[in-house]
Amino acid sequence: MNQDTSGNAFAPWNDASEKPLITFKNVTKKFGEFVAISDLNLDIYAREFFALLGPSGCGKTTLMRMLAGFETPTSGVIELAGQDIAAIPPNKREVNMMFQSYALFPHLNIWDNIAFGLRREKMPKDQMEARVEEMLRLTKMEKFARRKPHQVSGGQRQRVALARSLAKAPKLLLLDEPLGALDAKLRQDTQFELMDIQESTGTTFVIVTHDQEEAMTVASRVAVMDHGKLVQVDTPDVIYETPNSVYVADFIGDVNIIEGTAEANGESVSLTWAEGQPALIGSANQPISKVASAAMAIRPEKIAISSKKPTDRTNVLQGKVLDIAYLGNISTYHVQLDNGTVIKAQIANTRRIARRNFTWKDPVWLSWTDTAGIVLAV
Amino acid sequence: MKLRRLTLIGIPYFWLLALFLIPFGIVLKISLSDIALAIPPYTPTLDISGGWQAFRDFLSELDLENFEFLTTDDLYWKAYLSSLKIAAISTLLALLIGFPMAYGMAKAREDWRPTLMMLVILPFWTSFLIRVYAWVGILSTEGYLNQFLMGIGIIGDPLVILNTSTAVYIGIVYTYLPFMILPIYATLERLDESLIEAAEDLGCSRISAFWLVTMPLSKNGVIAGCFLVFIPVIGEFVIPALLGGSKTLMIGKVLWEEFFSNRDWPVASAVAIILLLVLIIPIVLFQRNEQKQREAEQ
Repeated sequence: MNQDTSGNAFAPWNDASEKPLITFKNVTKKFGEFVAISDLNLDIYAREFFALLGPSGCGKTTLMRMLAGFETPTSGVIELAGQDIAAIPPNKREVNMMFQSYALFPHLNIWDNIAFGLRREKMPKDQMEARVEEMLRLTKMEKFARRKPHQVSGGQRQRVALARSLAKAPKLLLLDEPLGALDAKLRQDTQFELMDIQESTGTTFVIVTHDQEEAMTVASRVAVMDHGKLVQVDTPDVIYETPNSVYVADFIGDVNIIEGTAEANGESVSLTWAEGQPALIGSANQPISKVASAAMAIRPEKIAISSKKPTDRTNVLQGKVLDIAYLGNISTYHVQLDNGTVIKAQIANTRRIARRNFTWKDPVWLSWTDTAGIVLAV
Repeated sequence: MKLRRLTLIGIPYFWLLALFLIPFGIVLKISLSDIALAIPPYTPTLDISGGWQAFRDFLSELDLENFEFLTTDDLYWKAYLSSLKIAAISTLLALLIGFPMAYGMAKAREDWRPTLMMLVILPFWTSFLIRVYAWVGILSTEGYLNQFLMGIGIIGDPLVILNTSTAVYIGIVYTYLPFMILPIYATLERLDESLIEAAEDLGCSRISAFWLVTMPLSKNGVIAGCFLVFIPVIGEFVIPALLGGSKTLMIGKVLWEEFFSNRDWPVASAVAIILLLVLIIPIVLFQRNEQKQREAEQ
């Protein structure tokens, strides 16, 4: 997604000449003594699908509510298209929000729900009707226009909420856990629909979610938040492949964290981590001081399992299969090393289960290349 | 098993029969009888030992005379109309005072709400009669209100409030206010705050969000509250008797006077039957509103 017409990847954040649509400048938000957002700086660009990701209570919802106008920053400035929006009330902002509960008006039918915002701006009747019909078509809800919200399914309510928030053609659409109430299968389909709609309308989307898979799927960039601060803001693949901290590595996907002492060695870093175990070689995306305590983050799918000791890989460890989690398409092997450490390794189940190579208690070799593991400062 | 089911259904029906239908039948019968200087003070009385013939004689003596009498004296229909008017105005006043109170309660901090609710219910812990009597002490010419107003120099001469319709309205609104507040509070408290935010997000000011979202969604509570005030106020007797003096005409008072002052049980029963017929319309409307609300919630 997010490919522009010339075929180059959509990446305005790398282009110094691009002006951001939204800018947070040293924004702090306190509720009494509790600091929800702490001195935060962030740029979001037009046409982006931006995801705010974090555990509950990390401040992501507060950040979104400040954009909608339901909260005002305690200090700092939020700009929308270069204009400070602190003084603009929610009803005057060119920002619309899709609520987690959908917040559809139960006394109005679906048509009137979608028309609600248009009626408030006194749009001429024929234009308004055309716009509502367009929104109904976009969300495939034409047949249900005359029903009340409680007469349609959860997935359909979600579409109505989306149609209603898009009807006024806002500069910025905020989505608060938009798919949280849907079941897994419907959620996946809806994720792709959201991406299509975002692309076809060209609206900037900011989505709040605690579901890392959802953020990775839909977003052009993901901001991982913790305790009111941004920990890392990057494209999904960078966040996954080169997390900048143990927190991000651990929060996104499955990971093995091996703690030890790192020593920089030219391009690569070696990690001494346990007695009787060989040092591990990995790469660091941030400079490591000569000798420092650090941790290696290595994704389970980047670790290979073999019954014979591999010769072509830098990092080789020996252990026994402790547990096997069969997930259908992949299996996760929990391998216990001689010193008791358990390492997770994932293998795609390309062969039938009956022909599986390893079983419980089998001695195996784990191996990965010198670039697979990321060494992070602790 | 079948017996158990019958018992289960039977008990509420028996209850209705014993506590509503039988008394209603008795009152209806008295309303069709004639006044008599006897105990009980009406004829005919049914003598079962007389057999079928006695029963037929008994039936032939029943007539609609008392109902005809009600139409000849304008006291009665004036009393009905006056009751309806007082009930309607009191309901409106209770709504105007009760809605903001319920709204304030629903918007109050969550840990305050039980306390506020308690304060609304608290007056019920004292006898209704004593509370209405207390108003006599407040509203009389030498009462606390006049003493206070004269004390701070707003008025020179005491206001005459007691024994006027103003006192009746004060008493009724005071007494029935909780019945207005509680159902409205119940709907407002359940109202999802994000609906208001959504309305503002879509371009409503605070005030228009209130009119376009809060008001329509609290409609059922408002209707329930209005009926809960309107229906009992029509038949109200104690408040106009204690606070309204002789000038306030209400059907409940007329009923009381017919029964106890005139000892004319048949006419009093006819008044009661008509009152019941008048009340049936709002009661049916109230029931339908409740049912609609239940259906909407499913």
